Amino acid sequence: MSPLYIVLIVLGVIILYIIMAYNSLVTLRTRINNAWSQIDVQLKRRYDLIPNLINTVKGYVKHEKEVLTDLTKARSQLMSGSMKEKSKASDQLTSALKSLFAVAENYPQLKANENFKLLQEELSGTESKIAYSRQFYNDSVMSFNIKVQKFPANIIANAFSFKEREFFKTEVKEKENIKVEF
Amino acid sequence: MYSQIEANKRNSIILFMLFFILIGVIVYVLNILFFHGYVFVIMAAIIAVIFSSISYYSGDKIVLAMSHAKEANKKDHSYLINAVEGLSIAAGIPRPKVYTIPGMQINAFACGRSPKTASVVVTEGALSKLSRQELEGVIAHELSHIKNYDIRVMVLASVLVGIIVFISEIMIRSFIFGGVKSNENSKGSLNFIFIIIGVVLLILAPIIAQIIKFAISKKREYLADASGALLTRYPKGLADALRKIKNDTSELKIASNSLNHLFISSVFKKKQFLTKMFVSHPPLEDRIKKLEGM
Repeated sequence: MSPLYIVLIVLGVIILYIIMAYNSLVTLRTRINNAWSQIDVQLKRRYDLIPNLINTVKGYVKHEKEVLTDLTKARSQLMSGSMKEKSKASDQLTSALKSLFAVAENYPQLKANENFKLLQEELSGTESKIAYSRQFYNDSVMSFNIKVQKFPANIIANAFSFKEREFFKTEVKEKENIKVEF
Repeated sequence: MYSQIEANKRNSIILFMLFFILIGVIVYVLNILFFHGYVFVIMAAIIAVIFSSISYYSGDKIVLAMSHAKEANKKDHSYLINAVEGLSIAAGIPRPKVYTIPGMQINAFACGRSPKTASVVVTEGALSKLSRQELEGVIAHELSHIKNYDIRVMVLASVLVGIIVFISEIMIRSFIFGGVKSNENSKGSLNFIFIIIGVVLLILAPIIAQIIKFAISKKREYLADASGALLTRYPKGLADALRKIKNDTSELKIASNSLNHLFISSVFKKKQFLTKMFVSHPPLEDRIKKLEGM
């Protein structure tokens, strides 16, 4: 085999590797964007549910009106701003909802209200979906960041300016990742 | 995880080919036994193709119909649907269809051929007896089966094995009652040997099929437990659910034994000789221990 062929084969292998690494980076990045839109969908869902909740609760709650104003305020901050602002607003909304449901415990009539029960299940469902979509987002960011940093894929990541992504941080206590061994 | 998906897709193809080879052998033996010529071979091939495409494209529907599954609606099962939806977000797959089946035994299974066409099935017993976290653990286990493409292999295996058992039963019967038209003046002894091989194969075929099925499914359960725990980040949920399943004595009637390996834990509570020989599920104690060690 002549040296020319060897050079050509080596070059072919390198080009093939670049294409594969580039494609897997693109796939991982797309997954992150998709995961982010999942979070957005769930945040929006909660955003839409809250006016309903306030309307239902308004008639029953007599003394703790400030819980409702807190909720309205937290809601209004949710749908705009950067990821950091959104995550902060989302945390505020979570705690505002928590105190509302705590207050609701004092009103047996409200607790018996069908509409309220439905909204409570919907909201707690949405709350856990937000947590799960954040988990999926962070998992996706992690596998992307590992790929971007690891040699030799980092050379390709640098060349095509794939930058490490930020995690979606939250004040709420995260469930800890577990170790799986076989 | 992704290598597991590849392995499952590969296993589906292997399973498919094994099924074809088995059909081929059966047809060959039949041909020797009854001398029906090529028409029969072609017909059998056509039937094999039709059967296997049906089992690939509507295997899940067959399984759902056989287990009397009813689609869950948002009104009665909002909590179940919410749990499935949340966990599918965590797994990064589209939300599968959610079904319930009657019966007080705690059990669940998933079916379909890909995450896009998948279904999760939960018994009424699981809904009423499990706490929220336990149910989430069980659902996460099923979603892992979906994500890993386990369901494709499992449903294929169920339906194909069902067909093989069906065909070989027909043949054993026709052999016993139909008699053998042997060609007396040539190769009599050779024919006799073929007949013996044929009979042995016909009897063995269902057993071979069973073994194929179970050989693939034990490790799969451990893996689904582990990746389910990765989804909920709470291995104790599934461990507690499995403990409840262990102590659960309710019976569940299923239409065919070939469905048993789909479930999260064996439908048969009492250990008989046959179920012991073909256990499709790893012992619950081991699974609980592994989960608690995470």
